[in-house]
Amino acid sequence: MAEEEAGGLVFHPMDQFVVKPLFGEGPVNWYTPTNATLWMALAALAITALLVFGTRGRAIVPNRVQSIAELLYGMVHKMVEDVTGKDGLKYFPYVMTLFCFILFANFLGLLPKSFSPTSHIAVTAVLAVLVFVGVTVLGFVKNGAHFLGLFWVSSAPLALRPVLAVIELISYFVRPVSHSIRLAGNIMAGHAVIKVFAAFAAIAAIAPVSVVAITAMYGLEVLVALIQAYVFTILTCVYLKDALHPAH
Amino acid sequence: MFSLLQQTAPVVVEESETVIITESAEAAGHGADAAHAVAAADAAHGAAGHAASAPGMPQLDFTTFGNQIFWLLVILAVIHWVLSRIALPRIGGVISDRQGAITGDLMAAEEFKQKAKEAEAAYDKALADARAEAGKIVAANKAEIQKELDAAIAHADAEIAARAAESEKRIGEIRASAIEDARNVAREVTAALVENFGGKADQGLVDAAVDQRLKGALQ
Repeated sequence: MAEEEAGGLVFHPMDQFVVKPLFGEGPVNWYTPTNATLWMALAALAITALLVFGTRGRAIVPNRVQSIAELLYGMVHKMVEDVTGKDGLKYFPYVMTLFCFILFANFLGLLPKSFSPTSHIAVTAVLAVLVFVGVTVLGFVKNGAHFLGLFWVSSAPLALRPVLAVIELISYFVRPVSHSIRLAGNIMAGHAVIKVFAAFAAIAAIAPVSVVAITAMYGLEVLVALIQAYVFTILTCVYLKDALHPAH
Repeated sequence: MFSLLQQTAPVVVEESETVIITESAEAAGHGADAAHAVAAADAAHGAAGHAASAPGMPQLDFTTFGNQIFWLLVILAVIHWVLSRIALPRIGGVISDRQGAITGDLMAAEEFKQKAKEAEAAYDKALADARAEAGKIVAANKAEIQKELDAAIAHADAEIAARAAESEKRIGEIRASAIEDARNVAREVTAALVENFGGKADQGLVDAAVDQRLKGALQ
């Protein structure tokens, strides 16, 4: 979104993140369909296309699309099973929902002219808070007061335990913050950097460098899109494991 | 919220996320270019004025939070419904079906392998039996042929002996008739000689004389 104005280059690296109504102008009410709505809905459609229509053959020998769907399924399923154990598999659909949503929102956000819902702290914070609240409630429901054993490091010397408990408590409540800001920050920073490089392309002398830099950043962002979805999901699994097996 | 105007530009714009770079080195000191830079600065002012109405980062524009959260929850619910009701049971079913098929196929393969081994053993046994049978038949045939051969040889020997005896007899007859013929010729020649010498050939005497002479020559 760089416009070359008289005698200078104007950068609007953050304009791509503006939430605006899809139809016409006006205020953004809570129900207004916006570009954020559109790209989240597209993510849902893409997930449905891959995981539902891609597997409608139910083939024993899968075709390409079904292989990809099974790859995603197998990856998340194995992650949940490895990290949380067999009893965590009950929550596999929820973890899979998170992973698919973040993965597809990230990848769709890489399309030119698109919008990245996961670059918004409002979205990632809701995702993180859902995990945080869900895991905390689950921990107390499953383990009762034993869940507090998560903060009481029984292997440490007795004198140290209260100090450690405070640290553990703080780190527990910082979890949703880091969980959400990590994702939004990565996506936002990558997209903004690409825009800045793109604006430099308006100067003929640096345009080739700019194009190479954009290509490199784009490659990195593809990697980041996958890695951040993976990181968010595996952290969710780790928190889930803490809720199911709070003992240190 | 960083504003970056090259040091030669006359106006510093603050409170703007807009970054302006002027190709400044040449701009310095030139009247036309100074006006140029002022125009750019004005544009930046406009942008700053625009930015003032919205926060620096769209991510921190709290007026859109309700909207995003509402739609996020809707979309998450939809995805969760689709996955947990349709996609995940189906993919899980396909994967376990495949696992079952692979296990079944492996067991069937094991079974077939066992059958193949048994079949091979049966085949080997049948082959050995057939070889023994063939050996027996060959031996029997050989013995039979030998017997027939022996009989044929004996028959042929007997025939040869009979033919040889017959030939012997005929040779003897021929020899006897040859002696008789020679004697008769000698008697006739002798009688003719005697008559030609003017004598009277006494048949009895001539025969006796010829036999006397022939006794030594023919026997």
